[in-house]
Amino acid sequence: MLEIRNLRAKVGDKEVLKGLNLTIKAGEVHAIMGPNGAGKSTLSKILAGHPAYEVTEGEVLFDINFKMTNLLELGPDERAKEGVFLAYQYPVEVPGVSNLSFLHMAFNAIVEHQGSEPMNEEDFRRFMLEKMKLVGMKPDFLERPVNVGFSGGEKKRNEILQMAVLSPRLAVLDETDSGLDIDALRVVSDGVNKLRRPDNAILLITHYQRLLDYIKPDFVHVLADGKIVETGDAALALKLEKQGYDWLL
Amino acid sequence: MSDQRTSAALEASPEYKWGFTTDIEQELVPKGLNEDVIRLISSKKNEPEWMLELRLKAFRHWLTLTEPAWARVSYPKVDFQDISYYAAPKKDKARKSLDELDPELLKTFEKLGIPLQEQKRISGVAMDVVFDSVSVGTTHQEVLEKAGVIFCSISEAITKHSDLVKKYFGTVVPYADNFYAALNAAVFTDGSFCYIPKGVRCPVDLSTYFRINAKDTGQFERTLLIAEEGSYVNYLEGCTAPQRDENQLHAAVVELIAMENAEIKYSTVQNWYTGDKEGRGGIYNFVTKRGKCAGKNSKISWTQVEAGSAITWKYPSVILQGDNSEGMFYSVALTHDKMQADTGTKMIHIGKNTKSTIISKGISTGESSNAYRGLVKIMPSAENARNYSQCDSMLVGDRCSAHTFPSIEVKNKTATIEHEATTSRLSEDQLFYLQSRGLDQEKAISMLVNGFCKQVFKELPLEFSVEAVKLIEMKLENSVG
Repeated sequence: MLEIRNLRAKVGDKEVLKGLNLTIKAGEVHAIMGPNGAGKSTLSKILAGHPAYEVTEGEVLFDINFKMTNLLELGPDERAKEGVFLAYQYPVEVPGVSNLSFLHMAFNAIVEHQGSEPMNEEDFRRFMLEKMKLVGMKPDFLERPVNVGFSGGEKKRNEILQMAVLSPRLAVLDETDSGLDIDALRVVSDGVNKLRRPDNAILLITHYQRLLDYIKPDFVHVLADGKIVETGDAALALKLEKQGYDWLL
Repeated sequence: MSDQRTSAALEASPEYKWGFTTDIEQELVPKGLNEDVIRLISSKKNEPEWMLELRLKAFRHWLTLTEPAWARVSYPKVDFQDISYYAAPKKDKARKSLDELDPELLKTFEKLGIPLQEQKRISGVAMDVVFDSVSVGTTHQEVLEKAGVIFCSISEAITKHSDLVKKYFGTVVPYADNFYAALNAAVFTDGSFCYIPKGVRCPVDLSTYFRINAKDTGQFERTLLIAEEGSYVNYLEGCTAPQRDENQLHAAVVELIAMENAEIKYSTVQNWYTGDKEGRGGIYNFVTKRGKCAGKNSKISWTQVEAGSAITWKYPSVILQGDNSEGMFYSVALTHDKMQADTGTKMIHIGKNTKSTIISKGISTGESSNAYRGLVKIMPSAENARNYSQCDSMLVGDRCSAHTFPSIEVKNKTATIEHEATTSRLSEDQLFYLQSRGLDQEKAISMLVNGFCKQVFKELPLEFSVEAVKLIEMKLENSVG
């Protein structure tokens, strides 16, 4: 579903990714771990299409209608419409815009692109209320402005809710576990697990092994100095937890 | 006098679709300003002697004044002798109804979205339409008459309701108030007059649409609105002008008076021509708007969406004289390209328990400059006065500027004053967040800006708020991207 080939990228003058390769198939869950500054968040921003990151080499191929298409040629909104989703490490506040109207507009933009009828507001509200149960959100959430005044945990739950509503084929979760207490971590992980399907894939970016206690990955990769330096199964994460990254660097 | 222009020259550019010119035979007073011109304007309007006297007094005072220079705007000096002070479409015969108006005029207003003919009118809104220096007609007269509401052009009011006008004219904005108020009192040509009798809730919204058409003219509109005890009125104002390379002056005065328990809501969507991308042409919008909460428990609110003019200089204010009275100012000011806006409000607290709210949202794009200037003044008599001010500025791009000049003068210790101000950049992160959920750039920007302006837009009457949102979106589309 996703094939990253020899990806090099920079932010400003600094090269952050230095020839990264990664292949993800439908139905799989991959985890990327690595020390600070390895390029983990850069990878997630590039997949979503953030304009501040410049790709200097390589390609990112994504399966669109059975055709591997270079994602880098699509704008961020077009990627979202094709089913790419980024759960942000630091979700952004949008004052004056309610969660309901924001997600309603996003949802309709995506389904219309995929050739389905848009949903009216009444139906969408019902649909949302159903999805909100998944992450334990109260109904008043709908009218609150996007992420404004949300606690750290609420912001992360909101990201997972958006993922549930927009139903992406490829979800990239950037440090979704950071800043969560154990209860919130469980809620968020349960939400993610319920969204696992044979036809979608999840890429978890994380610092800590503990998230992987809740969401079982099929593959664990270590990203260091802009490259994948080690790949294994869930056991690799446990080893990293014990031994740190030094043995790989 | 002007029938040979080609139709191509009359078309507006896509950026300002209201920028066309109406080809109509007009009566134009020669350029220049002196007592003879003022006498001529007064006689054209068959004004009573007292009005002419007042005009002349204002003019003589104006001659002693110099143009104010404290606003954060810069422009070449206006040559007041190079302006024609009266322009009116020629009338060939007396007409009985608006349906008999010159078809060119009807077409013009239809094109502007203001149908005047009986069968096409906007229901629920009575319109007074001012074209250059004169009002060309007022709709919905029957239903207003029934309720006892007077809504007509100020020229008509000066002759027909002379006592009322004489009693209130200049009581809120005296001619000596400032340079442009003096000029306006001397040369004003038309505008609206409204009188809502005691206990009447005005059955329809009242609206005035100002259109500048003629070249080298100034528009000096004068509006006077009186809400008697316990009455209520919702008043809307809109304006547009053709696209021209020369600057044109619009210097208006609006006075509102609310008696005990009366409420006036006054909304403006200002869309005068802004000038082109290089800053050529556009309207100078130098306006004095002030309301007086004369009676107890009265309320006046100003809501404005300022999206046009090359230069805006405007501070709709409220004098809170009656005890428990309340003044509100909600403003969105959008500047783009080389526009300059210096706008805000004054809230003068005199009565006890008076309350004021100021919500100002400035959006600057391009190379424009956008300033909020406000004064909250609590007089010694104003026990327990309260004010809340919030001024937010949003910058789009890195060549524009935003400024905030709030003044607070408190002469009574029981006052409670709150002031909040923020300046933010339309952030790449916000934009990216929305885009990465599937919204294209246009939708994402309009969502962000609408969110930013929401507190103000929700104060506008529904149809107006839809218009305002569309206008802001359109202007942003042209300036961002």
